[in-house]
Amino acid sequence: MALQTKIYQKENNLRLGKLIRESISDMYASRFLAKQLAIRDIKGQYRQSYLGLIWAFITPLATAAIWIFLNSSGTLRISDTGIPYPVFAFSGTLLWSIITESINAPMNNTNSARNILSKINFPKEALIITGLYKLLFNSGIKVLLLFVFVFAFGVGFHWTLLLFPLILLAAVLFGTTIGLFLTPLGMLYTDVNRTIGFVLRFVMYATPVVYAVPKDGILKWVMELNPITPIVTVARDALVGGDFHYLLYFSIVVAVCVPLFFIAMVIYRISIPIIVERLSA
Amino acid sequence: MSEEVLVQVEGLSKKFCKDLKTSLLYGVKDLFYSLSGNTSERSLRNKEFWAVKDINFELRRGECLGLIGHNGAGKSTLLKMLNGLINPDAGKITMRGRVGALIELGAGFNPILSGRENIYNNGAVLGFSKKEIDGKVEEIIDFAELREFIDMPVQNYSSGMKVRLGFAVAAQMEPDVLIIDEVLAVGDLGFVLKCFKQIDRILPKTAIVFVSHSMPMVSRICNQIILMDQGEAVFQGTDVGKAIDKYYSRFSDNESSVVFDDGSIEKVEVNLIHEKASSENKILHWGEDLRLQLKLKVKASMEIPVFNIIIMDKEQRPVAILERKYFESRTVEAQNEVEFTITHPNVQLSKGIYFISIAVLKQVNLEPLLRINNLSTFQIVHDEQHWQPFLLKTSYDIVR
Repeated sequence: MALQTKIYQKENNLRLGKLIRESISDMYASRFLAKQLAIRDIKGQYRQSYLGLIWAFITPLATAAIWIFLNSSGTLRISDTGIPYPVFAFSGTLLWSIITESINAPMNNTNSARNILSKINFPKEALIITGLYKLLFNSGIKVLLLFVFVFAFGVGFHWTLLLFPLILLAAVLFGTTIGLFLTPLGMLYTDVNRTIGFVLRFVMYATPVVYAVPKDGILKWVMELNPITPIVTVARDALVGGDFHYLLYFSIVVAVCVPLFFIAMVIYRISIPIIVERLSA
Repeated sequence: MSEEVLVQVEGLSKKFCKDLKTSLLYGVKDLFYSLSGNTSERSLRNKEFWAVKDINFELRRGECLGLIGHNGAGKSTLLKMLNGLINPDAGKITMRGRVGALIELGAGFNPILSGRENIYNNGAVLGFSKKEIDGKVEEIIDFAELREFIDMPVQNYSSGMKVRLGFAVAAQMEPDVLIIDEVLAVGDLGFVLKCFKQIDRILPKTAIVFVSHSMPMVSRICNQIILMDQGEAVFQGTDVGKAIDKYYSRFSDNESSVVFDDGSIEKVEVNLIHEKASSENKILHWGEDLRLQLKLKVKASMEIPVFNIIIMDKEQRPVAILERKYFESRTVEAQNEVEFTITHPNVQLSKGIYFISIAVLKQVNLEPLLRINNLSTFQIVHDEQHWQPFLLKTSYDIVR
């Protein structure tokens, strides 16, 4: 058997095609590691908790409850959304929580793996894949609750509901790609993480999370520019079986995300040694 | 046919930055450089220094390279580069085959999960597949001797148990190149012995890079050595003993220290008596007589005290004590210097540097009066290097 040869030196190979191929083959090679780490984190997270999985949907449920209350008490007058408001608000906050979690996931996962990163050489892609697994697991639970909402408020079953998991995958991919681009810098400066949290708080109001896109005005313009808008809208449309708005924009976002995801992965791969060096020096 | 070269290191250098803020800024710059191919030559920037400078070596299957040097000499940085955790700033490393690293044991453990679950976590991080771990899990539990506690959360393990479990998993690796950092220093004696047995077992099939501060361990398993100081190789070669001597000579702080003094002894002095009076450096050949001159002055007259003359090795481990002598009913007068000659025939200590410590005890009840460590020093010269403290004179006769 020929021995596998590894060369470490300063110069990097910059042929994107080769890098992406290496990255994908490492993703494949580390599939067990990724799964194992995801199982470890999920089990670890819930074993020391009495309420367990309930924590996964308490935040979006609470946010939704506030908006439902504000709306029903007449404090805020929200223009008609076309579907029962509780379903609208809950689906919005839930999707929003999934997207923000996805954006934060790569950095959080890399950060919590700091210790092994500086001691053991393993395919770094596994950390990102682990993040995806965990996101899909958490989102899956939330979606179950969402379906309960959909039926409880009499929206009923539509065949488009079957598309929902795919849209969810797109949402997770979108968030992870953004997070992945920010991770190398974010590992060096904690400012990046704080900025993300800060900016996202504003972006939420420029996204149809708790209210629909207005008919006109500057907010309409901002919201229609925001790439998260089509994701949230299309997901919600799939839920209620309505006709899809922003489907073209949604397709463009997904089509751009896929190659960007692999490019971000390659950058991540190249950056890790530099980050490890600065963290453990 | 000589074995194939598994590790090849050429002109390897790495620099580090002394200041955190600057370091982070350089980190950002390096991120962008590395995305543009990193082809430009690197020189030291402001506040940087070479942590590893121009290291070269080759290692073949079955060989073991020892890396020694005081703290901060660049050993761990070199290991991290060999393991591919950080990239060099200059030079090149070529590794052939599966690389295993014993740098941290139990990586990937989650304290809240059971030992059994963590075997899978740790195994996955080390690159095993699920099937491989399934096949080895019982063996790992037995090796770690933790069957009774294997389903208990790892957070309730003692640190020794954690290390044992970590090593048991790592021991299942069958690497072509094995990198060992100071991990074996922890754990109890039984564990350390077990580790060595395991290393001995895989050594013939593996190229090992071994970092340690324990010179007996280094001389036991290494056949090549690099002594590092400030990132550079100050000694390199196959003469392990010489490198170890050099390593020890860097710690020249051998000041004698008074450990205990009840005030009754005015002065005690021990010197090596040389055959050649001119000899300054206290050298003795193996098999010669060890002759010491001992001078004693007491404050108030007393019976001649008893001397414990202890010989310690370079690591300050006592290796021998000279026979005591009771001078029955003889006294030393106050302020009167007495001189003894002490002879130990045919000294059989192995090659190396030794220190003499002395304890002066009252003759009647062996109550201590004075104890001084490192009162004097001498060196034994011999052709052979041994890590055992004694080289005993031996004869062999062919009987049949």
